[in-house]
Amino acid sequence: MNNDWPLWEVFIRGKGGLSHRHAGSLHAADPAMALDHARDAYTRRMEGVSLWVVPSAQIVASDPAQAGPLFEPAEDKIYRHPTFYTIPDNVKHL
Amino acid sequence: MYTTDLSGKDKKKSEPTPLKQEDPKLLAAFEARVANDEFIEPKDWMPEAYRRTLVRQISQHAHSEIVGMLPEGNWITRAPSLRRKAILLAKVQDEGGHGLYLYAAAETLGTSRAEMIEALHSGKAKYSTIFNYPTLTWADIGAIGWLVDGAAIMNQVPLQRTSFGPYARAMVRVCKEESFHQRQGYEIMMALAGGSREQKRMAQDALARWWWPSLMMFGPPDDKSPNTEQSIRWRIKRETNDELRQKFVDVSVPQAEAIGLSIPDKKLKWNEARGHYDYGEIDWEEFYAVVRGEGSVAKERMQARVKAWEDGAWVRDAALVHAAKRTAAKIAAE
Repeated sequence: MNNDWPLWEVFIRGKGGLSHRHAGSLHAADPAMALDHARDAYTRRMEGVSLWVVPSAQIVASDPAQAGPLFEPAEDKIYRHPTFYTIPDNVKHL
Repeated sequence: MYTTDLSGKDKKKSEPTPLKQEDPKLLAAFEARVANDEFIEPKDWMPEAYRRTLVRQISQHAHSEIVGMLPEGNWITRAPSLRRKAILLAKVQDEGGHGLYLYAAAETLGTSRAEMIEALHSGKAKYSTIFNYPTLTWADIGAIGWLVDGAAIMNQVPLQRTSFGPYARAMVRVCKEESFHQRQGYEIMMALAGGSREQKRMAQDALARWWWPSLMMFGPPDDKSPNTEQSIRWRIKRETNDELRQKFVDVSVPQAEAIGLSIPDKKLKWNEARGHYDYGEIDWEEFYAVVRGEGSVAKERMQARVKAWEDGAWVRDAALVHAAKRTAAKIAAE
């Protein structure tokens, strides 16, 4: 019998201006409890100023086996980086 | 706080976990990634033996955190001042958090919290042998923080680079929180050692009882730890039991000397040639007996743990029913 409460992913904003970052997971019966538990488990030492909790089941993840087809095409498109272009030294503000 | 390598506990099963019937191409790619110090994430392909070893090790580690709350929780009301009570309360709360991080890491490998808790309560899963020793005086809480948490830190620091991503990340968080545990313990010992003759005697007595069990926390000697080699190759473990144990002895001896306490080992001696302390024989029979559950308070610990779980069952059930009702009401209102 598995009576585990649903699983949630916890995201913390470290301080104003930063984005929320994944901190870990926890079980909770509902969203309010998930927030309470996240506060108790993950912010006991002033780790953040804001929390997100997301039901783990709601996260759609890419398949690691597909990492090649997904991400490798970016490798040969170095012209997307500014350093690809050679500009004479005497030309400024570019 | 605490992970103890309990491999080799069952002498009949002293064969290393065999590598079998894995797709050789996937296996080779996996081995190459690990050898290259890459992290393995939950959805990546991994050999079954790797998954099994990790589930066992991480869940044992989690259980140890949770069981570790019992002896210390017991002392919160008896801690000698409000300051000590607040500190101990915070430490015990940390241990609960560490258990949570670790259970969550193990769950990413496909086991459930319910299964792991069932395995602990039925006696199928092990936890660190250190908690099957009684905590007789307040000085024991000092010795536990200083030595037991100290040994745990020694073990856990290299695990921050263990090859399984969720375990490594949990360890980073645990290590960050852990060093206060050790320092508060040492501070307790320091206060006692600098106190009345009776208080100093208490501190010395606690050191005498906790020293050897702390050395045992690093697990069996390397030649009796059959899984070590594979765990090192897979970067699950980063250093062997004996290497870590030696490091612990080397740092702890001067710490004891600094507060005028003596380590209960007549063979303890600085070895100039090795650049390490030599230390006496560990009583491994005692270790295996405690692993088998013969520690003097093993039964009491598990009874307390099971009682807490059973007494809390109605709360867990009620929370689920309440959540379902609220969801239903919300849908009806829409």
